[in-house]
Amino acid sequence: MTSSARRLAGIRGGVPPRRHNARTIAALTGNPGCTRRAVLDSAGVDKPKLAERIGFPARFGQSRFAITRGNAFEAQVKADGGVELLRLVAERLGVPVPAGASWTDLGGADDLPDRHERSRAALTDPGEGAALFDHPLLGLDVAGQRVHLEPDLVAARLAGRFHVVEIKSFPVIDGQADPAKVAAAAIQSAVYVLALRELLAAEGHDPEQVSHDVVLVCPRDFANRPVASLLDVRKQLLVLRRQLDRMARIDALLADVPADFTADLTADPATLVAALSTVAARYAPECLAACELAYFCRHEARGHTTALGRPVREALGGINEVSEVLALAAGERAPDPEQAEAAALLRAAARLRADALAGDPA
Amino acid sequence: MSTLRALAKAQALAAGVAQPVATVRHLHLAERPLVLVPLAMAGEANAPLAALVGAAPDEARLLIVPQPRNRQQRFAFAAELAGILLPYLDSFRGVTEAAPTDRGRDVRHRYADAPQLLVPNPAGVTFLRLLGRSTRFRRPDGDHPVHPSVPLLGRWLTFFAERAEHPGSAALLAMTEALTLHWATGQSAVEDLHLPALLGWIDPPAGLTGAAAAARAEDPTICPPAGPATDPDFDNRLLAPTIAAYAEAEADPVARAAAYAELERLLRDQLAPTWELMWRGVGLLRALPPGGRVAGRWDGDKDAFTGYAEHLDAGGGPQPRRDGAVAAAVRLHRLERALTSYAVQRAYDDPLVMAEHRLTGEAFVGDVTLADPKRVDDTGKRPVLRPRIQVVTTEPVPMPVGATLWSPARPAQKARVVFVTPGADGKTEVVLELSGGMGRGLTAPPGTVPEVGERLCLTTLSDAFLPAGNFPAPEETPWTHGGPPAAAPPVDGAGVAEGGAAPGSDGDPTEEWT
Repeated sequence: MTSSARRLAGIRGGVPPRRHNARTIAALTGNPGCTRRAVLDSAGVDKPKLAERIGFPARFGQSRFAITRGNAFEAQVKADGGVELLRLVAERLGVPVPAGASWTDLGGADDLPDRHERSRAALTDPGEGAALFDHPLLGLDVAGQRVHLEPDLVAARLAGRFHVVEIKSFPVIDGQADPAKVAAAAIQSAVYVLALRELLAAEGHDPEQVSHDVVLVCPRDFANRPVASLLDVRKQLLVLRRQLDRMARIDALLADVPADFTADLTADPATLVAALSTVAARYAPECLAACELAYFCRHEARGHTTALGRPVREALGGINEVSEVLALAAGERAPDPEQAEAAALLRAAARLRADALAGDPA
Repeated sequence: MSTLRALAKAQALAAGVAQPVATVRHLHLAERPLVLVPLAMAGEANAPLAALVGAAPDEARLLIVPQPRNRQQRFAFAAELAGILLPYLDSFRGVTEAAPTDRGRDVRHRYADAPQLLVPNPAGVTFLRLLGRSTRFRRPDGDHPVHPSVPLLGRWLTFFAERAEHPGSAALLAMTEALTLHWATGQSAVEDLHLPALLGWIDPPAGLTGAAAAARAEDPTICPPAGPATDPDFDNRLLAPTIAAYAEAEADPVARAAAYAELERLLRDQLAPTWELMWRGVGLLRALPPGGRVAGRWDGDKDAFTGYAEHLDAGGGPQPRRDGAVAAAVRLHRLERALTSYAVQRAYDDPLVMAEHRLTGEAFVGDVTLADPKRVDDTGKRPVLRPRIQVVTTEPVPMPVGATLWSPARPAQKARVVFVTPGADGKTEVVLELSGGMGRGLTAPPGTVPEVGERLCLTTLSDAFLPAGNFPAPEETPWTHGGPPAAAPPVDGAGVAEGGAAPGSDGDPTEEWT
């Protein structure tokens, strides 16, 4: 165990690290500048429990209706040994629809090493024919620890290339889908592309065999008939690699973290809050949709212009605190030299606002 | 985000209550707007679950879908909604008024008032757009017949959703957007999308700050979400068992009625708080005096309503799934013009909005210190009236000599910058030459030229008529844009093969909605 790994285990307390999945890894790319998040995620801290413990529970519930619908659609698409799926994928990729394809379900058994070995063997088998691999078990190194991914996805080998096939139950209506959901699917798929490439590279195969074009299968319009679309995830791959590299260099981040920093869930809430405040967060309102700790960070960022949103902060000349903005605007405070321009703008804005609200004719 | 608005947000945070960013109301508010609070079933493609609808606070009607995955019940919901919406629309088709057209050379008639739909948030607008999309191609005959009112509902909902994209239109409004147009809260734009939190800032209950009221509003057990998405915890704990109980009681009429009543009670409890908030929002907006150019923009909505009603009366088909190249370009051009004109009109109507432009150097306010209202320019072929005025301002004047300015007080008059002379005392003298808005003679009628002592706002923003662009006819679509479209698709999608994927097909009546 390296010193960093020991340090991270210490931060976590006496519990095993929380298992990552593609969703949590994808979420890591959301706010790459946030040290607090990088440290807690690297340590594998159970952030939902942590947030609850310190009195700021996250609200990331999922409706069982959505889960049921997602599972039903997935089962429908994968039915009949993937015949329909194979046709959809081949047509979307513009390759001839193969007469048949092997279907290998790599899921099932709980024995991780065995499953991993089976996935490795199946995916690196030098077969040339069309093949679909369901539930492959993949791995990625996240902050020095091996993370197993058990995606509900299919890896399709067609015309000698692998394509990640992601089945999602949000609709594509007249060729358009909810942009936020597509973006989330793209980054998750990128996690799989990365893991699949690493697996091939480790066996001495060309990682570029795995295409950066991901096939997204969604219900079309208001019906249940599936439709396939291509997503280019090159950009997401870059973002993901950068963040994983950053977490791999966790030693550098840990150097700035106080020695007694703890996120041990058994600790006293007041201790946890005090500890958290020693590691800087970079809160933005977008965190509310992505990070379990966001409500705590928002509470902490009260009175800061960032809590009002990045555009607001920029429009206020990048001044940090709301009280400072108001003091500068009222001319009650002499600006630092680098704030002179922002201060002049704020004073003019305050005067104009006051005039207009006082009904001064204009 | 303008600095002025951002400052208002900072002030709101410090004051603990939202701050005004407008001094007048910038949108039309109908006497009887139809408020619609929809809920959708999680995980489904825009499947309606319930809605509260009505044109007055005490006229709420609850519509529910006991089994949202059931196709028949979805269309029954659409028919029920049509039973409320269509008579509401018809109630505006009694009285017409004459409106000048072609710059006053002709007269045409339009309905004297138009319907207005209010939903809680932008997601509510999307819900109506998709409900319109899923119903407008339906047919009352064929394999999957629906009630004849369903496709009509779809066409009208699509009409409203398209109007909602038109800047300055008030035909379909999201309450959160209507409110943030007039108030700045001490929270972010993301959080402003939550109607209960937004109103918590604008109108906090006695004894609570805006921040405290907003925090309280974020707890879904105290304050259900304003839809269309439901609270997942509500789905799992309450809704799912009740829907299951309803489904299981199929054979037992008594148990089924009880389960239905329970479902109604649950959904009403989720919707009623938002209903109250919608009408509180209406009340807050109504308390603001309307801006001077609001009625003119509402005339545009009346024109659009009249035009679409006539289209339907003439047996017009549903809106296509996608616009053709020319139609899309025309629409984009129209939206851009509307956006420009809406921004200018709001600034002209509201000194607080104009202040945002003063801050960015697009406008200044000064006092008239000299005026020569009789000045005639006789250097040309014919002598013309060209009065000059001098305005002294303390604000920066970045406009170059030769620039044309306008004043909201006299929108028909142009003022050309002749001299800009910065003074030693931080003031700037600006000499302007006026043309237009003074009649045809060589003497300016009283009041048409600003007098010494008048305080004047001058701006580069112009509310002058923007000429429409020229676009080719659809059959002359250039090859760069795909060339002329194939033969016009059959009306109502009749004859389109199963799947309806043929390019240019106008929708697929057999398309399932399951």
